Amino acid sequence: MTEDWRDSQEILVMDGRIKVPYAWSAGEVGTTYLESLRDAERFLGTRCPVCGIVYHLPRMHCPDCFEACPEWVELESTGTLVTWTIARRPHPALSPLAPPFGFGVIRLDGADTGFLHLLYGFGVGSLRSGMRVEAVFARERTGSILDVSHFRPSREVV
Amino acid sequence: MERVAVIGVGMTQFARERPAETAADLVFEACTRALEDARLSIEDVDVVITGSNDFFDGRTISSMAVMDACGSYDKNVSTVEGDGTFGAAHALMRVLAGWGTVLYCAHHKGSESVMPLITNAMFDPIFERFLGIEAVTSAALQARAYMDRWGLDEETLALVSVKNHGNAFRNPVAQLPLETTVEDVMGSPYIADPLKRLDCAPVTDGAAAVILADREHARSAGSRAVRVRGVGYSCDAFHLGDRDLADPSALRDAAARAYRGAAIDDPARQIDLAEVSEVFGYMELMWCEGLGLCGPGEAGEMTASGRTARDGDIPVNVSGGCLSANPVLVSGLNRVIECVLQVRGEAGEHQVEGVRTAVAQGFNGPCGQSQCVWVLGGEE
Repeated sequence: MTEDWRDSQEILVMDGRIKVPYAWSAGEVGTTYLESLRDAERFLGTRCPVCGIVYHLPRMHCPDCFEACPEWVELESTGTLVTWTIARRPHPALSPLAPPFGFGVIRLDGADTGFLHLLYGFGVGSLRSGMRVEAVFARERTGSILDVSHFRPSREVV
Repeated sequence: MERVAVIGVGMTQFARERPAETAADLVFEACTRALEDARLSIEDVDVVITGSNDFFDGRTISSMAVMDACGSYDKNVSTVEGDGTFGAAHALMRVLAGWGTVLYCAHHKGSESVMPLITNAMFDPIFERFLGIEAVTSAALQARAYMDRWGLDEETLALVSVKNHGNAFRNPVAQLPLETTVEDVMGSPYIADPLKRLDCAPVTDGAAAVILADREHARSAGSRAVRVRGVGYSCDAFHLGDRDLADPSALRDAAARAYRGAAIDDPARQIDLAEVSEVFGYMELMWCEGLGLCGPGEAGEMTASGRTARDGDIPVNVSGGCLSANPVLVSGLNRVIECVLQVRGEAGEHQVEGVRTAVAQGFNGPCGQSQCVWVLGGEE
């Protein structure tokens, strides 16, 4: 019997990288929202005329009622931390901030739904669901979700 | 439901890396095993369905690259991008549409790409993706919400990892049997609080296949044909902030639909065994509750009491689950296959005595956005 040729084989591996440019539309609602962050440091939501829910992130249509949500609502830059995590070992390409930073679902004051953003400037061990947080806007703003640099524990006086 | 049965199943060996096999080689291995198991040849198959993901495979129309390997020439072929439970549901529908024998296969080579970069891309490119969120960090948000809702500690979540890695010793195709303790899990490094390394499923290479048939074509399989009694699915909101992350409402809906078909009104009593997609330990607890195997918030206690252990009254993931092998897409199909083997009494060393009705669960999307449930076995 001859030895199986597969037993002594070293497998070749081709390294590659797919890099394809995209240009994703933010849409009409997304554009108004991001322009407001960029130009006025102001969060906007939309209200469903049927169920009355204020969506943030804003929505063109209410996913529950299937109705258009044409009404804009101005929201506060403060809110409540619904849930959170600390990214201890983020992939370098996925680190907009130096680790450790966090992710949170934040429900802004005036909104009924939460949204995802970064947490920074907190002591490890200090984060709690239900705690108050506030937005820190980026100095250079370009019309992106990162015009809000991150959220941090609120310094508001109760 | 019309009479449809699973008449053949096949899984490859699952491993962190299988460099000697291409994705197509893995598909061939799984399909060959499923055909052998069904005692059929590829000529007996009317329809072929493949499951693959372009991002993971690093090629567009990734399904086309495995067509040779699953014997699809001159056959009805369609392709599904998503978890294996959904792909198998597509196969079920092809049988119900009048095609006698349908082969569905799914593959995954996690070793060939970078998991966080790919799972990051499932998030919205305008509002979420550039924050750097991906599968583990988003799951961590859900784990925290679930712990907060029911006052659970990390040690309770760790019980799932200890149980399932231990179960994997009896499953010859599992990737990661581990003798581990709650202290070991707690001592493993945090990836994203509260999730630690041992709370998270590994990266895996592998493939699996099933063959479904209508009553006439299932006849040749005799008593080895396992009846599909009910399948249901349901979807929750895309944006994490729109959802109550602590409440597995989509799974509850999916289970209700599957149970309706299966005439199950008391799942905790009528289901003998469950295989769920616990890509992270806490998910097993949430999915048990969503499947109605216990009440909301009770799964931690149920696990701590040993009821979901191999010798418990409702064993969950005796195969070792996703924590012991997580070929994405294939994972849900593995859950279905494990249930089929258990109902047949052919699960080998991890066979549980007297399994008549088993339930399998899989999901798509972040934090179990879209859920699919299969009820298998039981009496005519």
